[in-house]
Order: sequence, then structure tokens, then C-alpha cells
Amino acid sequence: MSKQTQWQWVEIERVLLTPQQRADHIPDDTKAVPLTMRAAGFLLDASAAPGDKARIQTPAGRIWEGTLLHRRVQPSHGFGAFLPELQAVGPTLRRALKGDGEH
Amino acid sequence: MNVAEVLGRKEVILQDSTGIDYAGYAHRGCGVDYEALMGCTGYNLDQVFQIQRGMGVGGTPLVELTNLTALVRRYAEPGKGARLFIKDEAANPSGSFKDRRASLPGHYAKHRGYPGVLAATSGNYGAAVACQAAKCSLPVIVVQEAFDSRGLGQPEILEKGRRCAAFGAEVMQLSVGPELFAVALATLEETGYFNGSLYTPFAVQGVETLGYELAEQTKAQTGKYPRMVMVTHAGGGNVTGTARGLRRAGAGNTEIVGVSVDLSGLHMASDSDFNRKSFTTGHTGFGIPFASWPDRSDVPFNAARSLRYLDSYCTVTQGEVFYITEALAQLEGLERGPAGNTSLAAACVLAADLDQDEVVVVQETEYTGAGKHPTAQLALARSLGIEITLGPRNLDKPGERIAIPENWQQLGVTPVDLDQLRRSYLRRAAAQQGTFSTADLDFVAEDLNTKRQWVEEQLHSIGEEDG
Ligand SMILES: Cc1ncc(COP(=O)(O)O)c(C=O)c1O
Repeated sequence: MSKQTQWQWVEIERVLLTPQQRADHIPDDTKAVPLTMRAAGFLLDASAAPGDKARIQTPAGRIWEGTLLHRRVQPSHGFGAFLPELQAVGPTLRRALKGDGEH
Repeated sequence: MNVAEVLGRKEVILQDSTGIDYAGYAHRGCGVDYEALMGCTGYNLDQVFQIQRGMGVGGTPLVELTNLTALVRRYAEPGKGARLFIKDEAANPSGSFKDRRASLPGHYAKHRGYPGVLAATSGNYGAAVACQAAKCSLPVIVVQEAFDSRGLGQPEILEKGRRCAAFGAEVMQLSVGPELFAVALATLEETGYFNGSLYTPFAVQGVETLGYELAEQTKAQTGKYPRMVMVTHAGGGNVTGTARGLRRAGAGNTEIVGVSVDLSGLHMASDSDFNRKSFTTGHTGFGIPFASWPDRSDVPFNAARSLRYLDSYCTVTQGEVFYITEALAQLEGLERGPAGNTSLAAACVLAADLDQDEVVVVQETEYTGAGKHPTAQLALARSLGIEITLGPRNLDKPGERIAIPENWQQLGVTPVDLDQLRRSYLRRAAAQQGTFSTADLDFVAEDLNTKRQWVEEQLHSIGEEDG
């Protein structure tokens, strides 16, 4: 393994419970789907491609096997678009503080 | 994993992983010797302060919100409008008061030789445990409920997961479902890690310094203790620890006001409701059930018991919290996250009924950023077909419509009847317990912060309803 693949930070997914194995007293929509897990770690199977089975080693040192999701993990969350409803709040309140505008 | 089998070993796993012999504190009937259990950590308040100082936790500034106070007064009756202050807990190492909560679990796990720490939480607490454990050189596993069956992640939870990973944690991100508890138990069993549950005495005691500091700072800055302390309420540790700290400091007359975001109508264990919530904590989906039955938590006896300490409780809407988040940034120069701003929204309303020489303290802020920002939440809500509109709070309908106030006067609060929560606690206790000994009645009255006679009357009427 080259140094670079040793430190390849990837994400895998695996099913922990099939719908049949899920707990009894949970809402129907939840019981209809499996309980799945995602975890990120260093790729142990250097040649694995997305969709393949692959093993990772996590920062806690544990080894997980699952379906490789991404070879390059990138956060999917961000700030979202500016909204006029929120943009108006600051200027309106500043005017109100000065004693004009809003009543 | 077989869920039932793992849950069957729950008691042994919890005892081993917390080091607490819960049964040893139990009364014969229901309840425990609460103060004795809280003392099981072996730390006194001075030691907690010392440990936290060593970890860079606490000592956060108390900031007067002069512009928000001016706005409150502009719309209040003459002479009304209390001074508003906020405790900037975002200044803690991982960005929230949860560092206080994680400090003792981290310290204890290290000194007792546990090989690591596990935290089962989608919240800031995971990041706090990861942060404290990094400083203690211990590995961490965080188990979080993070995405729905379509693989769509809640942005705020993804951000908290990212933060956990940034501190070197293994993050097990699960799809929606209460089996997360069984997964956490199985992982504790496999690893022998310390159970950094949010609800042990270790976790709750760490918050006492927040109440204590706040009392002293308010006294130093205003010459008196606060009239009201506003606390964002979910599982109850924030209320419990803060109130206990205030009492320790001598601020026993300060009113403790719990505040949650109204998410009524959305089911907490539902896969399809999961991403229809724009808040991941400090909401009624935790606040109401945990107040009326704290022992639904992940330990045999929850150290966080909000009904013991709450003087009143109210809700605000999602739209109001987004509005106040903007106001805090634009008028006070504090760009902060959702949880602290929940109790701030209510503070801006309640302060208007108090005299100008009174003091209201919002006891926390939290960090904000990608995923946590109102725009991140509103973008997700809109993409799921939730309507975003301008208008008064009665237009707000969790999961369907978010109403952002058009002006300051549209802010409000909805009171929650604490007696109704007490009755719901008693109904549950009666179903489990059958008959109550004198000791049971005393425990329940203490746990509900009420009189024994009231408990007896209520149990009687519950018996008649059921009989
Ligand atoms: C920043 C912040 N504030 C408040 C709360 C609510 O605290 P508790 O669950 O102890 O009621 C949480 C926890 O979920 C939090 O992360």
C-alpha cells in the first residue's frame, strides 16, 4: 500500500437491522425500513471502488466492513441560500431602535 | 445484533460502563436517594471548577444585551422591561455548555482507567465528549441518529458529526430509530468504554458551575441575583445543573424558566418526520416527555430531573427563534446557534412584564456555522415542501409551516402547564407502582417539587379515572 492509500479517508454504509429485526414498538414508517449505519475511516482495501464491499479502520481503531460510499468524503451540509424573510429582520429592528419605522 | 438480547443485558452493561451501582441508591418502592446519588461522583463543586479550568471549560462572559433591552422597553408599558444578559457559553472549547457536562465523564474515565468514552447523542454533547476526551488522550465513539431512510442527513446533526470527527472521534451515524440505544449498549459491551451518558450524576454535576458562575457574575455586574434565568430545555440536564448551581451560590429565589421550541405533532421516532424538524434539541419532542418521565433516559435513574427545579415552562415557535437569531447577530454582534436563542426568544417576551430594575439572564449561547444556521435549516425545510411565511406565531405549524415574525410585537410565548406534566408523571408512576408507601409519596412529592397532599389527591383522582 502506498502512503497515500493508507490515509485514504472514506465512508461506508452497512445495515445493522433489517426491517424484520427492528424493535416492535416503533412507528410503521420507521419499521418498514432497515436501520443503517454510516461510518468514516481509513480505507483498508485500497482497490475498492464505490459500491464495493470494503473495510475501514476508524479513529478509535475499530474495523468496520460495509459498502463503500465515497472515496473522497466531503461534508454535504452548508449555509443554505439567503432568505428575504430573514434579511429584513436586522435593518427593520435597527430602524425600530432608532425610534422610527416599525410600530 | 439482536435488540432484545442486548436490552436483556442492559443493567449489567450500564453498571459496568458507568461504574455506578444504581440499585444501591434505590428506595424499596420507587425512587432513589437523589442527593446521595448526585454525590456518587466523589467530586465537590470546587473540584469540578478546578477540573474544568484545567480543561479550558467555563469562565465564560456574561454579556449585557443593551440593544435588545432597549427594544423590549420600546414596546413595553412605561417603566417595564428588565435588563437582559446572556452567558456566552459558545466560548467553551467545543462551542457550547455541553463541555461542562462532558468534563467530568472525561476526567473520571481517564482516572478510572477506562479505555475510551462512548456518547450516544446527536447533539453538541458528542462534540463536547470528543473534545474533552481528546484533551484526556482517550479514544471516543459517538453514536448519532443522523439521517432518514433516503440517506438525507439533518444539517445540524451532520455539522455536529463533523465536529466530533474533527476532535478525532469515531462517529457511528445511524438512520432513524430508537434501537440506537441497543447499538450503544452493544458497543459499550464490546469496547469496555466508559458510558458518557448525558444523564449520569457526572454529566449533570458538571453543569452546576454554570449556574454558580452566572449567579456570581450577575451579582457583581448588577448588584443582585437574577429575577429570572431562562433555560433552553430538552432532556433536563441544563435546567437541573443550572438550578442546582444557582442554589449553591445562594440565588435560591431566582425563578427558573424552561423554554422549548414547539414541535408538537411531529413524532420523534418517525423516519418521515425526522427532517421536518428544523431544530434538533431544545424542543418539545424531548422537553415534554423528559419532564414528565425523566427515567425514559439511557440510565436506570436519570440525574436530570427538570420538574424538581422548574418554576415555569413555555414554548416558542421555530420562526421566532430564527427571528431572534438574526436580532442577536445584528443588534448585539453575537452570531450564535439555535439552542441558546430558544430561551432568548422567550426572555425578550417575558422581560417586558418586569420592572426595569429587574434582571433576566439567558444562561447560554452555542456556536453556529454550516448546518446550524437558520438559512441551512430553512433551505432544507423548503426543499421538503414546508412553507416559509412571514407572520404571527399562530400561523406556525411544525412540519407544515414556519412563520417568521414580521415585527417585534409578534413575538410571544405559550405557557406549558407544569401541573399537567406532574399528573402525567403520576399516571405513569401509578401504572408501574400500584400502591405507594409513605416513603414513595415523599419521594414523588420531592421529585415533582410539590406537596405530598397534592400527590395523594392526584393519585386518588387518577385511580378513580382508571377504576
Ligand atoms: C446547546 C444546548 N443547549 C441546550 C440543550 C438542552 O439541554 P438538556 O437536554 O439538558 O435539557 C442542549 C442539548 O441538547 C444543547 O446542546
